[in-house]
Amino acid sequence: MAVQVAGTTVAVSKADRRRGTTLMLGSSRLTRVLVLVALVVFCALWLAPLVWAVLTSFKSETDAAAVPVTFWPENGWTLEAYTQVLSVGSLPVWLLNSLTTATAVTVLTVVICALAAYALSRLDFRGRRGLMVLTVAAILVPGQILLVPLYQEMQAFGLVDTFWGIVLPQVIAPVNVVVLKRFFDTVPVELEDAARIDGAGRLRVLWSVILPLSRPVLVAVTIFTFVSAWNNFLWPFIVTTDPALMTMPVGLGTVRNAYGIQYAQTMAAAVIAAAPLLVIFLFFQRQIIKGIATTGLGGQ
Amino acid sequence: MTQIAVPPRARSRAPAPRRRPGFLSAGAFTGPYLVAFALFLAIPAGYQLWTSFTDMSLTGRPARFTGLANYAEALADPKMWSALGNTLFFTLITTVPLVVVSLAMALLVATGLPGQWLWRLSYFAPFLLTSAVVASIWGWIYQPGGGLITGLLEYAGLAEIGWLTEEGVAMWSIAITTLWWTVGFNFLLYLAAIQTIPDHLYEAAAIDGASPLRRLASITLPMLRRTTGLVLLLQVLASLKVFDQIYLMVKGGPNDATRPILEYVYDVGFTGYRLGYASAISVIFFVLVAGVSLVQFARSRRED
Repeated sequence: MAVQVAGTTVAVSKADRRRGTTLMLGSSRLTRVLVLVALVVFCALWLAPLVWAVLTSFKSETDAAAVPVTFWPENGWTLEAYTQVLSVGSLPVWLLNSLTTATAVTVLTVVICALAAYALSRLDFRGRRGLMVLTVAAILVPGQILLVPLYQEMQAFGLVDTFWGIVLPQVIAPVNVVVLKRFFDTVPVELEDAARIDGAGRLRVLWSVILPLSRPVLVAVTIFTFVSAWNNFLWPFIVTTDPALMTMPVGLGTVRNAYGIQYAQTMAAAVIAAAPLLVIFLFFQRQIIKGIATTGLGGQ
Repeated sequence: MTQIAVPPRARSRAPAPRRRPGFLSAGAFTGPYLVAFALFLAIPAGYQLWTSFTDMSLTGRPARFTGLANYAEALADPKMWSALGNTLFFTLITTVPLVVVSLAMALLVATGLPGQWLWRLSYFAPFLLTSAVVASIWGWIYQPGGGLITGLLEYAGLAEIGWLTEEGVAMWSIAITTLWWTVGFNFLLYLAAIQTIPDHLYEAAAIDGASPLRRLASITLPMLRRTTGLVLLLQVLASLKVFDQIYLMVKGGPNDATRPILEYVYDVGFTGYRLGYASAISVIFFVLVAGVSLVQFARSRRED
């Protein structure tokens, strides 16, 4: 099966892959073995830190801090670190804050950007070109350089150390507008005209014609917006000082000695913090890969 | 940070205008975006430029216009130059491996050998971790006397290295962590690009009896030139913006030896209360980033 994404054909079937293997590597057995060895070496190097973190999170503190490092714990495996991390300290609160802020950012961003993208793609209003140029130019402005004025603005609005103070400055995403606009451009106008003749308004057309046809890109934009909001450190770090309002990255990163030098608990917290996105990745692996492949979205 | 990867295709243009609505009638669609754009991008950017010409303070005392004083101070500030130098050094030592290793990974995976799911997952998974988790894991790996790497080196009978505590070493350790953390993104960009190379090119090469290395050198790599341009641009921009992992793992230390420009902005503005000066440094940094983008943009245009 070949997946058609915005004009790009990505071959994914096993038969296609085998054919690809012969085309790229020829039929020599030795070449295949060498390539496989390299794949395994990279895989081991990249998984080792993760596997090690997970293993450590299931050890007792004594075993986790043992010198020299031991693989198999003397005192056996235990869930102690997890029960500690979840019952003492603020990790559950931070995770909840991350979930609510990231969800709010995602909903607002996707709605705002989809509306703007539709206008740029389909409505011929005065100032359209100017808006498009501004949007593309804005992609090049890294949000990080606006820390100082954004903080001053939040101060003026009285939003420092609030939920909306974390959320609002994150909703502007010119990249999403450009990506969605480019995709909307490929949806045949005839489909839209048919709906318009039936008396549907613009908003109705966007909702029931354009968006359903743009699902792959919409899913990609949604996932990436959520992931970057969930993982965002710098802005929430600047705008919150109250531990009860912190998001997971900020709490975990700045509340020092939340878990002291207790390695097992530190790793358990890391595993819990990483789990939601890894699960999302497992479910949406194809969409995420396709999304990055077709849009280049999601760079850190 | 996008475009380019979206290929050209059969286009159906916007419908021919029956009547030309003004900005206001399109306002229902563009309104929310315009408001957000103004509030969180345009106005802050303008205000930052203004602030950079004043002695504005986080304490809230009335600000005075000071002209170019902040810029003059920044250009003569050895700490500013050292932070800028650290940022450029980090960009230099991360960009090359992040492009080369991701390309190698993508070339290996694109051969289609079994285990695709595992390769993709393991190379990409670290990219999904938030910086605080990465800092937890790697801070502990680099831990002196008991860390993972130190432990392994001891087994091998090698001396302990102060991964995060020696001035000449810390930035390299951060670079290794960054390679591990973010290579997956570039890997996916390359992988997607390789899969769009038409089969018939390889078929022709096979008929000519070209060796696998030959196919790599004369088909795959040349076809990836545009992708490399994109990956390089995105990577340089991402590396210039480094903050999280350096702040979280070493707080810019030891001895400010790793402090990047964004952390200096944070230190000056939020720890030192000098918003005017922090703004001037931000503007200087912006000029650098915009310059890099424009140079790359001009280059990619010339190549087309």
